[in-house]
Formats: sequence, structure tokens, C-alpha cells
Amino acid sequence: MTGIATLEPAPRPDPTARPAVARLTHLSHHYKKAVALDGVSLAIPAGIMAGFIGPDGAGKSSLLAVIAGARRIETGEVEVLGGDMRSEAHRSAVCTRIAYMPQGLGKNLYPDLSIRENIEFFGRLFGQSARERDWRIAGLLRSTGLTPFANRPAKKLSGGMRQKLGLCCSLIHDPELLILDEPTTGVDPLSRRHFWELIARMRNWQPGMSVLVATAYMEEAARFDWLVAMNDGQVLATGTPTEIMERTGTGSIEDAFIRLLPERRRAGHKAIQIPPRPPRNGEAVAVARELTRTFGDFTAVDHVSFTIGRGEIFGFVGSNGCGKTTTMKMLTGLLPASAGEAFLFGEPIDAEDINLRRRVGYMSQSFSLYGELTVMQNLDLHARLFHIPREKAARRIAALLDRFDLGAYVDARAESLPLGIRQRLSLAVAVVHEPDMLILDEPTSGVDPIARDRFWEILIELSREQNVTIFVSTHFMNEAARCDRVSLMDAGQVLITGTPAQIVASRGATDLEDAFIRYLKEAEAARGAAPKAAEEAFGAPMQTAGPAAGEEASPIFSFRRLFAYSIREALELRRDPIRLAFAVIGTTFLMLIFGFGITTDVDNLSWRVLDRDNSPESRAFLAELRGSPYFTEKAPLKDAEEQRRALKDGSVNATIEIPPGFGRGLKAGRRPEIGAWVDGAMPFRAATMRDYLTGVYQSYLRDPVLNIAPQEKRRAHVEVRFRYNQSFDSIYAQVPGTMALELALIPAILMALAVVREKELGTITNLYVTPVTRLEFLAGKQLPYIALAFWNFLLMALMAWLVFRVPMKGSFLMLAAGALVFVSATTGYGMFISSFTRTQIAALFGTAILTVLPATQFSGMMVPVSSLRGFPAFMGHIFPMTYFVPICVGTYTKGLGFADLIGRLGWLSLFVPALLLLSLLFLRKQER
Amino acid sequence: MQALSNIYWLGVKELRSFLRDYVLLGLVFYAFSLAVTAQSQSVSQEVRNASIAIVDEDRSALSRQIASGFLPPYFNKPQYIEERDIDRLMNLGRFTFVIDIPPYFERDVRAGRTPTLQLLVDATAMVQAGLGSGYASQIVNDEIDRFISRSEPVPKLPVNLAIRVAFNPNVTTGWFTSVMGIINNITMLAIILAGAAVVREREHGTMDHLLVMPLTPFEIALAKVWANGLIIAVAAGLSLEFVVQGLLRIPINGSVPLFMLGVCLYLFFATSIGIFLATVARTMPQLGLLYMLVAMPMNILSGSNTPLDSQPAWLRTVMQVSPSTHFVSFAQAILYRGAGFYEVWPRFLAVALIASLFLALAVLRFRRVTEQAT
Repeated sequence: MTGIATLEPAPRPDPTARPAVARLTHLSHHYKKAVALDGVSLAIPAGIMAGFIGPDGAGKSSLLAVIAGARRIETGEVEVLGGDMRSEAHRSAVCTRIAYMPQGLGKNLYPDLSIRENIEFFGRLFGQSARERDWRIAGLLRSTGLTPFANRPAKKLSGGMRQKLGLCCSLIHDPELLILDEPTTGVDPLSRRHFWELIARMRNWQPGMSVLVATAYMEEAARFDWLVAMNDGQVLATGTPTEIMERTGTGSIEDAFIRLLPERRRAGHKAIQIPPRPPRNGEAVAVARELTRTFGDFTAVDHVSFTIGRGEIFGFVGSNGCGKTTTMKMLTGLLPASAGEAFLFGEPIDAEDINLRRRVGYMSQSFSLYGELTVMQNLDLHARLFHIPREKAARRIAALLDRFDLGAYVDARAESLPLGIRQRLSLAVAVVHEPDMLILDEPTSGVDPIARDRFWEILIELSREQNVTIFVSTHFMNEAARCDRVSLMDAGQVLITGTPAQIVASRGATDLEDAFIRYLKEAEAARGAAPKAAEEAFGAPMQTAGPAAGEEASPIFSFRRLFAYSIREALELRRDPIRLAFAVIGTTFLMLIFGFGITTDVDNLSWRVLDRDNSPESRAFLAELRGSPYFTEKAPLKDAEEQRRALKDGSVNATIEIPPGFGRGLKAGRRPEIGAWVDGAMPFRAATMRDYLTGVYQSYLRDPVLNIAPQEKRRAHVEVRFRYNQSFDSIYAQVPGTMALELALIPAILMALAVVREKELGTITNLYVTPVTRLEFLAGKQLPYIALAFWNFLLMALMAWLVFRVPMKGSFLMLAAGALVFVSATTGYGMFISSFTRTQIAALFGTAILTVLPATQFSGMMVPVSSLRGFPAFMGHIFPMTYFVPICVGTYTKGLGFADLIGRLGWLSLFVPALLLLSLLFLRKQER
Repeated sequence: MQALSNIYWLGVKELRSFLRDYVLLGLVFYAFSLAVTAQSQSVSQEVRNASIAIVDEDRSALSRQIASGFLPPYFNKPQYIEERDIDRLMNLGRFTFVIDIPPYFERDVRAGRTPTLQLLVDATAMVQAGLGSGYASQIVNDEIDRFISRSEPVPKLPVNLAIRVAFNPNVTTGWFTSVMGIINNITMLAIILAGAAVVREREHGTMDHLLVMPLTPFEIALAKVWANGLIIAVAAGLSLEFVVQGLLRIPINGSVPLFMLGVCLYLFFATSIGIFLATVARTMPQLGLLYMLVAMPMNILSGSNTPLDSQPAWLRTVMQVSPSTHFVSFAQAILYRGAGFYEVWPRFLAVALIASLFLALAVLRFRRVTEQAT
């Protein structure tokens, strides 16, 4: 064990004698069909450090989320800090006294924001004034040793630093109950040790604080005051670590846990025996020499060298992000190395070398099989892709199903399997082609101890009996101890390579973890990092006199909390090049496309004539047609066959046929007929051509050559006056319409993405567990997007003026006011859609489909709203664009001002509160 | 031989995955059935229910006869309004057309003084205003003729112009929008399906898995092309057969097999560009945003919505590079005009060439996919 015992708060009190900080009665929780919590009843004593242990899926996270108030209570009762957590009033009252750090390092943090900005955001959420915030942040940064890195973005922090940042954000409001869900998973042992030291100090300064911790590391659990062992949604045992070990008659928590599991789960489990590796003349299977990989200015792998012999189990040990995965990817050829070289089976690695790949099996970090295929389909697919002869493949698959105990799951879809079985399937797939070497990247993370042992049994068998070389990475020290040799890795460098025993002995350590910590400390000292300063800072107590906490912020509404979200969203948006580019370039680009491309003008029409008469009368008609600005003549036709084909291949839009004897017939009063065929592929163009031809025909009738008496002309004259747009050029209607369309579409999409992003990335948890209200959350996020959309509007207005030369005839102020209200409504529309979508891609396409149809069809862009009937008319009335198009077209083309359009603006402004209200209704303050 | 087997089995895997993805299945079903039906109901290219008002300053039998000539489905029943209200109501967009019949109109017509009647048109309602003004003038003239012919014979004009609209005699919008809807949906779904298939493999880590197996990027890409292309080709074919011809009873003049051949060629392109975009984007949302910037212009400018001939010349030239333009062009030629292979092969060739280019680009970028992931 690490030397942490010396730092623990003095004498351990008897936990059970204390009052409960949380009391659960028959608590159950389900995800679809899976049971997460199965009738849990538990009283957690206050003022202690309570640990929750168990494999992934045991229900630890669900339990902690329910206690934190982040998750809705399905059935059962939960009492936290003396009140019912079902009551919204109680939750909003106690959330200022609880801090919750969800699973996944920094999952509730914002990667694009710096350390200081992250903590400031949480300070604002708890209503702290700038002065109070600054004082608290300074104290927290000092005690965690993060002060020198305050301006570094969270995404560039190491696992250990990110975890400290998470702690700072949790402690900004002096919680009484601190809930930490797997805070140390995947973090290197030294950082882990620092973390627990920090927690111990916090508890010394604030002895009343209760801490609930879930952990996957059994050895950490031994140091907690009180433990809850969980499996399959049920509590197996509670008690102090000593009690639990005594009760099970075991010497370690891990063994105790295995003993506590139900009989059927333990069946066949035995302690792992590793037969010694028979001495061979060490033929090197994999060799790395000074292997280096950089991403931009970041060095992920820094001059790594190692040699792996045939049949050896070689381990890579280190924290998340220390370069294990990158090294393995270089070895498989997935990533080219920036410098250095690597060899497999004596050949330099070549990404294009297909034959090399036949000898290697690879299992990537995450589960990487086709979840939607069955176990059999997965195995069969890989056998086929490796071209194993069918008969042999069938035998091989049968053998694997047997050896890996997968027989019962042949037809089950991979995604429906429990994690441990999925890992076995992954391994089976990786060895289907009997590779000489296996590269396994953290194959057992998240798997329970029994499944992990069974996995290792198979690995040992492969190595010892089939002489397969195994290169495996892990962050579990007990697994590292099972390897023939290990490399300890940190920050891209190998600290030491050797057999576990050699490494322990080399530093005179008690175990591998202890040795690793010593090596890490040496490395830090060599890098000249400031661990010392940080350790000293631990001594500085946090709670010196500071500015008094300002008056309590209203639980109902606070501008400070609202602006916390606005400021954060604006910062994030400014640092996300893709979304920003889409907002700016997207608008201008699509405006150009729509403005020039969508046109209802019908011109450049081509025609050919088959003139079989060629008389003055026929030529007069053709002269009339040639005079039309809409038509362009192409070469005359020779015969009827050519006329038929000309229309068919689409080379002309119209053909004219004048029959033989046309002129003579006309003079004789036989009423000859001119034939015209127009291409009907595009209906409105055909109809317009028909109109144009009729017009040409009308003027032909006035031609002197026809010599028609005046009384036979029209009896009245219909004077058509095109109002607002005398030239009848579609650009004057199209450009304002396009502005309305884009202001409907793009702000809605960006807003919907912004809300759903939080759901997908997990930062929505901050809405669940902090005092921020749903209104502050939504309105706060909306403000930056309204600003961005209004800026877009100005950009488009500029384009309308400079590029499309559409003059502003009416009041620009009116248009700007309308645009501001309109983008507030359309961002609200996106917000509304986001409230019932879960993934970003669904939000994106959902918003696009639900915007484009009503925008183009029902809101007056293509068809006037006054012509709509029934459902389209209804859709038009409830879509905000219907009220903005008249403002846009009105000010630009009709020359209208405030007085004419104030009614439209009034209707439009009703959408803003209505959509906000609807979104509030659908957004939950708790996760299901 | 091994490559063919790999492409086949990877494609089969793709099909199995697709059949399990109910969201995408739903999207494909919706796009080729309900969406096509909805698009066929469009009247955006015709004059339907146009709103019209009459300022009747004559209040004669003739002015009433003119009003009675405006009938559904082309025009709504005309509303009588006062002259002073014209501006306000047209500003608000309540009426697209206003007819102003001056005082003594009937008397002047009878006296052969050829009086002038004003037809005011809201020219911001483009298609309806353009076509509707022609219809409205025609109706007014016809009604006057009919009114007068009760007392006098209508003179016969010495020459007649017979205009026939080929391929769509009644100029029904739905004939156009339903088939063009299928075409737009082919572009949309091919890009999304193929792009999503690549991004999904990367997000699930299975792409790494494929790339360490004895497979080439070309095989992986081509498997996605054929599998996703097949899904969409089948859906489009069924939609054309059962939705357009069966349910909507829209006649198809040309050869459906020839059209389907073109569809397959075009799908080769659309899935390739989908894969290419997926190698550029890092996440699904990014793919979605990219898709909007690429596919929307491709669809809108292809000639499937508004005529290509009316675009500025430079834009028309640029759009010749987009296979969607060729696709729409040959689809219209085959389906509406009944064109044969002889008329469309140059466009087939253009699509195939551009498709090969994008597939090559996608394959070249394929390995980058995993490098970004780290």
C-alpha cells in the first residue's frame, strides 16, 4: 500500500454510531430492461469517507447520481441531508450543500475553457460575487498546486491535473456532502496518491464533511472509513474494511469482494497461477527503437525503446494519456511514427504490408466489434476477412467458442452482452486467425475481478502453451505484476523496463505500485516540475478569513447564474473553429448559392423552328418571336423527326411548326394554325413559356401583314401593373426571402446543437446538481446565439446591398428590429427541438428537416400564405418565419416602415416567450 | 479474388448493420414514401387559390360577370374592397391580385372605346404573380367577350396558335416535384448513409480494427459504396414503382431500367463523396454541418428545383462539375422525355468519371481517419 495511512484524519470514529447523511429505502432503478439498482436500502453515516466498490454496471454510479439529485428516483425513498430528494424544493435547497463529480475524468468540465474559467463558471453558478470568487479560486488553486497552470485549457491537462480541477470546481461552494464517482480511474499512482492526500487535508479543515467515493481500485478501498460492496444493483455487504475482511476471512478487499459474490459467479474461480516462462533463446518478435510520435507541439510518445521476445507477456503500465495507446498504434501501423523505428518479426513496420497484418491480432481500448452483429456473425466475418478455408474456419470457431465459454451466446448480438463476455469475444476475434502476436490495449478496464482473472487465464495459456507473444497495456498494478516484463510509462517516456520483481527490488519498494510512485517522483524531479511547491501548498489551510459570502442569491432567478452560462457559451463558441466557421462562412456561402441559384425567372429559352411555308406571313411571326427578350433561336429544324428528337434530348425548350400553305390559307380566311411544343419537364417554366408565346401571338395579331380590322381587336385593355418590383426580377423577392430562410435555419441548428452537446458530453449534469434553474440555463445559452445570429443578419444585409445590389426601399431600423426578434424566436425553435432530442446528429437533422419544410413551403417564400389552405395554412401560422418574411420583403421591396409592419412584429414577438416556455416544459432538471 | 471476397463480406456486414439501425431505416422509408407523397402535393409551380380582390367602381352587369369568372382552384372567390384600402392590403400581402374596374366601364366597352382596366399584381410573389397575371388577363378578356357576344357575334381571329405542353400536358406540379423529390433524396441519403457508416466505425473504434486486418482502404471504401448504394437504389426503385406510378398515378414515359442504371452510377458518386466527407469530419455533428454546406448547394443548384438556364453563366459552368446536375438532367430526359441511352450516355460518362475521382480521394485520405482519432 502507499504511504497514505500517515495522512489520514486522526482516530477513526465508529461510523455506524453517526447519524446518516443519506438514507435509502428500497431504491430501484432501471435503464430500459437492465436493472441498475435493485431494491437498495442503506443508511450512509455522516462525516466519514464512505467507499462504494464493485465492477462496472454494479449500480455505483446510479446510486451516487440519485443521492446527488442528478437522477430521478424511480421507486423507493431517498433522504439526503435531512429531506426527501423527491421534493424539488428540498433538492433546490440542498444543492448548494452538495458537490458531485460525475464519472469520467472531468466529464462535467468544459475542455475549451481554462482552469480559471472553469472554476469561475462554477463560482457564478453558486451566485458568488467577483471578489468572493477570486478569493476562493486563489485558495483552491494554491492548495491543489494548479496556480501556475491557471490559464491552461482543461483539454490540455493530464489526468491527474484534470481530476484536481474537478475537485476545485466541486469545492468552490464549501459543500457538506462531497460525492466523487470514480475520481481516480485511469490516473497514475502518484497523482492518485496526491489526490487522496488532498482529500484527507480537506477533511481535516472541514471535519463535518461527508465524502462518498466510488472506486474501481480495490486497494484504495482499504483506506476508506466505511465500505459498501455492490454487485448487479444489490448491496453485498457494508462495514469498515477490517470488518469486511474479517467477516470473509480474507486478507485483502479484492479477495473479500470475490468471496462476497454469489456462488454461481464464483464457480470455477481460482487464484491465478502463472507457470514460469521456459527459457528460450530470446528471439525478438517486436522491437522499438527511439520511437517518437508528436501531434502538433505535443509529444505523445518520446523516444520509447523496447524488445519483446517470443512467447513473452510484455506489459505497458501508466495513466490515461501517457502514450500507451499511441505506441501500440504505431506498432500496428495505424499511426506512422514521427521518428525512430519499429520492427515486427524482424521486418520494419509498413502500413501497406498486408502479410504482416495476418500475423498480428489487435484489441483496441474501447470495445470494437460490431455490436449489431451476433457473436457468430462477428467471428465468421473475421474468419472470412482472413480467408481461412471454410472447413478450417468452422473448426476454429467451434474451438474458440468452447475455449472462451461463448457457446451460450452464439446468436446473441454483441452489444447485448455483459462487458466481461464482450471482452472475451473481442479476444476470440483477435485470435481467430491464430496470430503469432497479440496487441491488447487495456483489455480489462471496467471488467469485474472474476472476469478479469478468467481473461488472464486465457492470456497465460496462449503465451505458455501456444507461444503467442502478448503485448498488453493496463493501469491495474496487480495485472502488471502478472506480466513477464513491464515498462512503466509516464508522459510519453518509459521510466524503467524489467521483470516486476526486478523493478520492485531496484527501488527497495514494498510492491510494484510503490516502486512506480518512486520512479514517477524521480521523473518529476528530473523534469524540474514543482511537486515540492505543491506539497508545501497543501499545508495552507483554505478557510482563512475572506470576503463574507454575499447575500443569498434568489433560488428562483439570478442574472449572475444566467450570465455564467452566456459567458461560458460565448467563450466556447469563440474557441470552436468548426461551429464558428459554419455560422459565418455557412451563412455567406449559402446566401450566395441561394441568391444566385434559386431563381424563378424564366429566360434564356431556346427554340427551333420547322418552317414549311416560308411566306411573308410566317416570317412575320418568327420575326415577332425573335424580338422577344426571353427567347434565343437555335438552328432551324429540317424535318418532323428532328423536331421530335430536339425536345426529347432536352437541347431546346420549344419548337415551332408552321404548316405548308400557311400564308395562302391565312389570306383565304381558312384560319391556319401555328403549332408550338414546349418542354413540360419543369411545370412553371412550361406555363410561363406558354404565356410568353401567347404574348408573342397577341402582338403578331397587330402586325400589318395580317391586316386585321380594328373592330376585331380586343374590346378592353387590361393594364397589368407589377407593384413593388416593376422589372419582375426574382432577385428582389429571392434575396430577402433567403435572408429569412437562413436566419430561420442556421441559428436554430446551432442552438439545438449547443443544448444537446451538453447532454451528449455530460456537462448537463451541472444543470442537475447546481442551483442554476432551467430558465437561466436556456436563456443564458440563448443570448450568445442571438448575438451571433444578429451579426449574421448584418453580414447578409451587407451582401444584399453590395453583392446582390438589392436596394433597401423601406426602413432598415424596422428590418433590424424584426431580425432581432426573429432570431430570438428561431434560436428558441432550436432550443425547443433540442429539448426532445438526445444526440447531436439527431438534433442537427431534426432541426434541418423541421425547419426547411415549413420555411420553404408554408411561410410565404414560394407560395403566398394567403393561398394556403388546411394543414399547410396551419403550419404557416405557427411558424415564426411567416411573420418575418413580410417584414423582410416589406422593408426591402415594398418600401414599408414601422407603421405598416408593427402588427407583424407584435405577432412575431409572441413566439419568443412561447418557445422558451415550451422548452422549459420539456427540459428536465433531473436525469431519468 | 481475395479482394472481391473481402468487398463482398464487408458489404454484407454493412447491410446487416443497416438493417439493425432503425433510425436510418426509418429515415430511408420516410424519405422515399411520405416525403415523396408530400412533395407531390406541392402547388408551388402553379397558380392555386390565388387571393384576388376587386375594386368595383362601375357596379355594372359586366363588372359582376368579370368577378364571376374567377373560380377555384386557380383563384379564391374575389373579395370586394374599397380603392383606399388597396395599398394597405397589398402591403400586408393579403391579396396577390387586385382588379380595379373604372367607372362607366361597361358603357365604354359597349361604345367600343376600349377602356382600360387595371390589374395590380404583388410582384414579390414571383411564380404566382408571373403566371397568375396572364391567367387573370385572359379571364377578364374572356368574360368581356362572353358578355358582349350575348348581343354581338364574336369576331373570329384569322390565325390560331396551338400551344401543346409536351410530357406534362396539364402542367401539374406534382409530376415534377415527386420525381425530383426522389432525386434529391437519393443525394441526401447516399451522402448521409455512407458518411455515417464511416464515422460510426471510427467512433466505435472498429475502423482501427479493419485497418489492422489484411484489408486495403480501397476494399473497405468500395464495400461501403456497394452496400449503401444498393440500399438506396432499391428504395428509389420501389418508390418510383409503387409510390410515384402506383399510389400517385403519375405516368413515367421513359425507360425505368435505363434510369436505374443512371441511379447506380450516380450512387457510386454520392456514396464516394459521403465517404470522402467522413474522412474530413471528425464527428457526426461535423459531418452533418459539412453535409449541409455540400449537399444543399448540390441539390438546389442541380436544376431539380429551379431552372438551370436562368442561373448566371458562371454558376452554370461551375455546376457542370457537379454530378448532381448531370443526374437531374438525364433523369428528366429519361423519365419525362423518354430519352434513350444514345441521348444520355455523355452524362453517364461524366458522372462515372467524377465519381472515380472522389473515390480515389476518399481512399487516399482513409488512413488519416485513424490518425485524427488520437
